Amino acid sequence: MIDFMLNGQPRRCEATPETSVLELLRETLGVTGTKEGCASGDCGACTVAIGEPGPDGELRYHSANACITPAHQLNGRHLVTVDGLAEGEALHPAQAAMVACHGSQCGFCTPGIVMSLFTLHEQQRQAPAPLTPQRLEAALGGNLCRCTGYRPIRDAAMTMSAHPDHRPLWLDAAAPKQGEQADPPADATFLQPTSLAELNECLKRHPRARLVAGGTDLWLETTQRLARFERIIDVTRVAELNAVDEATLKDGRHGWWVGAAVTYSRLEPLLEEHYDAFAHLLHRLGSQQVRNRGTLGGNIANASPIGDTPPVLLSLGSRLRLVGPEGERELPLDEFFLDYKRTALREGEAIRAIFLPRPAAGQTLKVWKLSKRREDDISAVLGAFTWRMEDGILRDVRLAFGGMAATPKRAARAEAALEGHAPDASAFLAAREALAEDFQPMSDVRGSADYRRLSAANLLERLRLVIAQAETDSPREVMLHAYAH
Amino acid sequence: MRTLTKLNNSTVADDVSAESATARHELDGRIKGSSPLARDTMHAAPHPHAQAHESAVKHVTGRAAYIDDLKAPADTLHVALGLSPVAHGRLTRLDLDKVRGMPGVVDVVGFHDVPGHTDIGPVFPGDPIFVEEEISYVGQVMFAVAAESHRAAREAVQAAGVEIDEQPACLDPVAAAERGEFVRPTHVQQSGDWEQALANAAHVIEAEQFVGGQEHFYLEGQACLVQPTEDEGVIVHTSNQHPSETQKLVAEVLGIPFHAVTVEVRRMGGGFGGKETQASPWACIAALIARRTGRATRVRLPRADDMRATGKRHPFHNRYRLGVDDQGVIQGGEITVIGDCGYSPDLSDAIVDRAMFHSDNAYSLGEARVTGHRARTHTASNTAFRGFGGPQGMMAIEAAMDDIARRIGEDPLTVRKRNFYRPGRQTTHYGQQVDQIALLRELVEQLETSSEYWTRRRAITEFNAESPIVKRGLALTPVKFGISFTAKHLNQAGALLHVYTDGSVMINHGGTEMGQGLHTKICQVVARELGLDTDEVRITATRTDKVPNTSPTAASSGADLNGQAARDACVKLKERLFDFAHEHLYKDQGLDREDMRLESGHLVAGYGESERRIPWGELVQSAYLNRISLSEKGFYATPLIHYDRNVGQGRPFYYYAFGAAVAEVSVDTLTGEYQVDRVDILHDVGDSLNPAIDLGQVEGGFIQGMGWLTSEELKWNEAGRLISDGPATYKIPTYGDLPPVFNVKLMEGHPNSMASIYRSKAVGEPPFMLGMAVWSALRDALASLADYAEAPRLDTPATPERVLMAAEALRSRYDAAQAQGAV
Repeated sequence: MIDFMLNGQPRRCEATPETSVLELLRETLGVTGTKEGCASGDCGACTVAIGEPGPDGELRYHSANACITPAHQLNGRHLVTVDGLAEGEALHPAQAAMVACHGSQCGFCTPGIVMSLFTLHEQQRQAPAPLTPQRLEAALGGNLCRCTGYRPIRDAAMTMSAHPDHRPLWLDAAAPKQGEQADPPADATFLQPTSLAELNECLKRHPRARLVAGGTDLWLETTQRLARFERIIDVTRVAELNAVDEATLKDGRHGWWVGAAVTYSRLEPLLEEHYDAFAHLLHRLGSQQVRNRGTLGGNIANASPIGDTPPVLLSLGSRLRLVGPEGERELPLDEFFLDYKRTALREGEAIRAIFLPRPAAGQTLKVWKLSKRREDDISAVLGAFTWRMEDGILRDVRLAFGGMAATPKRAARAEAALEGHAPDASAFLAAREALAEDFQPMSDVRGSADYRRLSAANLLERLRLVIAQAETDSPREVMLHAYAH
Repeated sequence: MRTLTKLNNSTVADDVSAESATARHELDGRIKGSSPLARDTMHAAPHPHAQAHESAVKHVTGRAAYIDDLKAPADTLHVALGLSPVAHGRLTRLDLDKVRGMPGVVDVVGFHDVPGHTDIGPVFPGDPIFVEEEISYVGQVMFAVAAESHRAAREAVQAAGVEIDEQPACLDPVAAAERGEFVRPTHVQQSGDWEQALANAAHVIEAEQFVGGQEHFYLEGQACLVQPTEDEGVIVHTSNQHPSETQKLVAEVLGIPFHAVTVEVRRMGGGFGGKETQASPWACIAALIARRTGRATRVRLPRADDMRATGKRHPFHNRYRLGVDDQGVIQGGEITVIGDCGYSPDLSDAIVDRAMFHSDNAYSLGEARVTGHRARTHTASNTAFRGFGGPQGMMAIEAAMDDIARRIGEDPLTVRKRNFYRPGRQTTHYGQQVDQIALLRELVEQLETSSEYWTRRRAITEFNAESPIVKRGLALTPVKFGISFTAKHLNQAGALLHVYTDGSVMINHGGTEMGQGLHTKICQVVARELGLDTDEVRITATRTDKVPNTSPTAASSGADLNGQAARDACVKLKERLFDFAHEHLYKDQGLDREDMRLESGHLVAGYGESERRIPWGELVQSAYLNRISLSEKGFYATPLIHYDRNVGQGRPFYYYAFGAAVAEVSVDTLTGEYQVDRVDILHDVGDSLNPAIDLGQVEGGFIQGMGWLTSEELKWNEAGRLISDGPATYKIPTYGDLPPVFNVKLMEGHPNSMASIYRSKAVGEPPFMLGMAVWSALRDALASLADYAEAPRLDTPATPERVLMAAEALRSRYDAAQAQGAV
């Protein structure tokens, strides 16, 4: 049973475990303002806002793709859709601005765009900040429009604050208490543990259940390949998995244990403070709707060779803390990825936290992602590089790549070619040649093997230029900063 | 009775340049007849109005209903399709018994269940509704399942037992063309002695290019809802650009008369050509099931099925061999285009024709031969897409312009301008005189100035000399696009006008609304003719039982044709009301019948002191009481056009629409990544019917055209299966691709030289081709790697991969040449 609020009204529904929020809206409830464009979380036509209480108890709204959000995760939440925003003839500012700016043509993507603008409007209410191009891109990058070319939508975003603030009062209504979660029936098919102890209990009882956090990948199995899930364990409400704890490892490294259910959006401030390059990558990972729901734990457990964060974490020397029936264990991330989509996770095990080390003194991180489209695309190649300069010599060089092998992987030979050398042309030439030994990439829809080989090698050349540039303070640009830092 | 009165009666004086005034004067002679229709089209709208889209509020509130939002009976069936997994072969066994036994399944249909026609080819035969035996592409429909839910139907499909004798697939259109594998015969257009021109030329420029296809990616996928009627027919709600054709095909498949089928289209969630012929199969299948089961039946294709099953923009292989003089002016030559048509003709004949008609773009080819082949391959049957082959044809000549410029060492813009149609070289290779050549020149010169082309050119050249990795590029490309269906009979339209006794007005016409604002424009036309507010005029939906035998809403023609038809209906009704008023209301008042007009919600007669006004509502009611019909139909057929396909000569287009774009890009030559830094556009819409809507078409068309040439890559695997089958792998432009500087303007002061509706011009397709400026700018940036001595081959879409590979090829060749020179 799912207890939630829909546009200010309490609702109670039954649903199978694989039901999405979009199916619940359109098929179960007959509320059809929210559209299906792709059922894969890539177009944003189904964007809705989900409100959950923040630390102060006030509801915070974030955007989500309804097509790949598990309906059961609405439990205890407030779902806001385009159908509810206008009160009679009084349009919400997001709607009024879209009309005034001629922001809709065919209108099919419009409900999703309105909801993305709505969440931006809510953010502005709670913490007003300048609408920089970067912010607008984050707010709207997950909504495809095939008609307008986006200019009028940009204008709508910039001008909506000038429209009368018709904001439904029910937006502040508290969400209902979630039903029956404290003590779920033994045969429940969608389990929502709230503590590590409960999670362990669930894992013990149902070692083969599928784990879900944001669902941004798992749900494609059902929308695209029609999978039925026998049982789902939802980790998003496990308190321990939502924590970010400062810690010191046995090897003396300082850093943070980031809970596996921490979303990209929540991780952003920490990364912005410590790892500019990682934060920049995050802006190009999926869309706002995906970042609001996707998690570091999911990206790692999914073990895709083209996941964006694993190469970065590999280059940073990250570790994992796993929970399972036999208690907890730790292992270096290098040992986690075994083969294509195969990991060291045993049956009934889950990732509890990911160790993000604090940048070491003098350490630099560069993350360069190559894709067909700058925004909301999957990598063809991603390179993540860390190093230190010590008296003109490269130290602690770690070069990790995505898209170059069956798993995210470090380029061991190329690392060796650079380690302990001056960053000169001959060392990088050796690294370039070694890289060809490290990887035999394949051709697929995102790029040919030749392109992968050449561009990955050229990223090493960019690395050389960046290091040289830092030494000489040259003003010449060696990359496009919209893509890379 | 509600009377409609308004006080707003502002008029804006016509502001036209001397040239356009002359043009109008010339046309006074050309457009014969003294009917009000012929007279009034000479004038621009007194206040072209940036009226919001008629559904804007419904769009933003989620109240605008698309097909899958329509309420239907509780027992409505949902359809899923069994699609072929192989590209070419023979279906040897199709066992659907297990499918029938799956939970929720109500009906399963295939080829042998069709009572009427099984070939649903739109123009030429060749598209079976279901596979009978021969399989021609991955995604071809083998059977359909109807079940109680969408999911149950999709799950049941997987239970089918399918055996296919697989045969080698042909996926290469060039190889197909060499073998003579064509879906339609080759067509040739020729003017003069092109061989002699080549032989005499100072330089010969020769190259080939591959121009990629494009998925429509309408946000609303293919969908329909069919309800059986109480007699043998059906009512079809469909997301569809061509209701009349769907009506015909559904009737033929069911074996019933056309009048038993009613097709209704309220709106589409995007069309772009992808719902011109590609919307019919689903309606036919749903109609078949609805008649068999007596239940309403829905189809909505999952995105991956939609992308596999339906045709796309044709990929093209183009070759050109052009002779130019020392100034880079084309003397003549030949252009060959090979359209990859997929497995069947569909609309490919006309599409490859249009590629040929546009292989000159805005330039005189001199003595030229243009050849168009229609290659058959084992992919979905490629189809209409905004520009309809025109963009692919233009790519050949735009590539040639850059190539010529590098050869003779001039700026590409200089070369382009030298080659524009000009006095003395005003006739196309297919024999049509290009009107308004001065307009194109003026437009380009205005844009050249407003975009500061030459200042930026200098800055970019300096920047590139100092920047080894990041290179910038700049390009101005023009567009000249012919307006009219090249299938002459399609250039007709009808409208149905009703005035009700409260004064409210209903207009129906043959065009469909896909977001382009057609209904808004038509309401504006009717409101203007009847002197009313647009609020008083409503369009319900496009229905085959209101206006019959309609043409597709395509070829940018929606407003041109239907606007004239709506206007024709208004003018006729207006004349009747004037006659009535003259006889009954103003009898013996000495008012001139010729001075009557409808404005500001009144019938107005006379001027100054003798002026008399009757509110519209009163007029309508009196007319009704006096038994005057308040309903009228309108019709329009485009004059003057003709084309003789036997000799490849004629005047296929009523007029041309023009535009130009300047794009500046930055390219990272180490990775192939690039960004569009600035775009300036000036586009000709004649006298705009609605500047806001037209601007939206120009901007949206540009971005869509840019996507076609940059990030939108269709990829098939070796077995012919489309592997870019969803938005995760097929990348249309997103918000971040909007150029940070995007100056877009409509050309002002140049009404259409032909008597189009209020001297406006069609705007749906022409701006799409403005996107070529981005591609040309990428080539410009890359050319800097070879010191502008060479324009690199850059096939499209110019993904970062293609850009990097082009950079690599150029750099290695040029560096090698440099090294050799040094030795």
